[in-house]
Amino acid sequence: MIEIIATGALATVQDHGRRGTLKWGVGASGALDDLALAAGNILLGNDEHAAGIEIQIFPFQARFTDDCVFAITGADCAASLDDLPLPPWWIHSASAGQILSLGLPRQGTWRASRAYLCLAGGVDVPLVLGSRSTQLRGAFGGLEGRQLRSGDRLRAGATAKVSGHAGFGLSPPALDLPLTEGGLPAVRVLPAAEYAQYTEAAHDALWNEPWRVTPQSDRYGYRLDGTPLHPVAPIETRSHGIVPGVIQVPPNGQPIVQMRDAQPSGGYPKIGVVIEADLWRLGQAPIGSRIRFIKTSWDEAIAVGELNARWLTEARRLADLHRGRTRSN
Amino acid sequence: MISDQPRISTLGTSALLFEAPGETDLVTQERIWTLAREAESWPEIREAVPGMNNLMLNFSRPPGSCKPIEARLRAAWTAAEPMRVEGRLIELPVVYGGDGGPHMADVVAHTGLDIDRIAAIHSAPTYVVYALGSHPGYCYLGGMDPRIATPRRKTPVVSIPGGAVSIGGAQTGVSASAGPSGWNTIGSTVMRFFDPALDSPALFRPGDRLRFKITEVIR
Repeated sequence: MIEIIATGALATVQDHGRRGTLKWGVGASGALDDLALAAGNILLGNDEHAAGIEIQIFPFQARFTDDCVFAITGADCAASLDDLPLPPWWIHSASAGQILSLGLPRQGTWRASRAYLCLAGGVDVPLVLGSRSTQLRGAFGGLEGRQLRSGDRLRAGATAKVSGHAGFGLSPPALDLPLTEGGLPAVRVLPAAEYAQYTEAAHDALWNEPWRVTPQSDRYGYRLDGTPLHPVAPIETRSHGIVPGVIQVPPNGQPIVQMRDAQPSGGYPKIGVVIEADLWRLGQAPIGSRIRFIKTSWDEAIAVGELNARWLTEARRLADLHRGRTRSN
Repeated sequence: MISDQPRISTLGTSALLFEAPGETDLVTQERIWTLAREAESWPEIREAVPGMNNLMLNFSRPPGSCKPIEARLRAAWTAAEPMRVEGRLIELPVVYGGDGGPHMADVVAHTGLDIDRIAAIHSAPTYVVYALGSHPGYCYLGGMDPRIATPRRKTPVVSIPGGAVSIGGAQTGVSASAGPSGWNTIGSTVMRFFDPALDSPALFRPGDRLRFKITEVIR
């Protein structure tokens, strides 16, 4: 079990999200950086879809109340166990009473804003509508349907006896699968239904100008700031299903990218959709940072998804190899 | 936007959006419900999610090409008969205007009607639940009088409270919990719409009918 000692706002329990609940108005939720959460679980030998803690405001501190094997992925937050510095994207063992501290994300080797704390066995909170992810809007899932606060205690799920896990880590996807455009982090975008109804100037700005992540950005959506995008004529669409990644443009012309807590439906016109396989990149873009959009095709988007899947397969292979070696020692 | 042919577009690699042609109406929606039931049985589709005269098909995994599914969708739409649903009738008490209706002034300004008239027009019809969406338990309603249609807000509001009765374009609905919205809130109601512990967690289902009853109009 771990006890949260200190946390900023909006740390939540997340897994890979809900499936099949959109028809009740329940969005998917799930980790903003799904690759980082999956990698943390792979390091620990957990089910890849096990729940972890998503942390986005620092410092964060937790005390281990039992011996525990854990992993930290996502942003490099200068983690330490008591006073011992911990490498990121690495598996660690803690003894009962030790204190884990995460500081501000370092922006040196790769730029990121969210860290994932994964526990061997996964964070054990009840499944609600098939998932352990916190549904903030509906106030269910995760721990009591809310963000974590000091004093909260979280249990790890049952796991086989774990030992000898020190000395193993992964190279983060931000380093293995970099994507930039004009020197800025980038995400690939497929044009959406109303794309053709925007002006040439809007198309030009979308693809060729940087977009700043404003402070009004959260797990629901990223509100971006840049050259306003205007349609040739005003567009009113009927409410329809949307997915995380949809780039909506309200009449003020400033785009909003729907993120993992996205509503399952909306009505603002859609100029494009950040492809599912690149959403983790956007999920790591810090507030105030600038990003670029790259126009992509269906075939390329599918290929990028396969590239991510291959990265996870390779991570699993390395983790299995390491565990095999540890056992044979 | 109005044409005789349905429009099909992609939502990234996650889903397809099918939009029925014509003005928003109930018979089209009843065909959407039929199409949803049919499409949900296709192996590529994880979930079929009805919207307002449209349908989102979420993929179990992205197909190599969308063409075969698009062709099947068009054929299934041509064949789709309206699904008749014996829905329940539910009455919701509403306080129009005041603190619970912070955007009533915008609807007044846009329509040129006074608050009493807007409340009377809004509470007159028996609405049909076309679809659920937006947030847990929220329902989209069909049947609003076009005289009180008001465009969605230029900038969405960061949070409106649960129970907010609002107008977005030619649609109306009731929020089930606090959260962001681009609609104009004209009143408020008190009702529990969603319980995640239930097998069928949402109070309303497509095909249910709903009436707004005026408790008070705050001018």
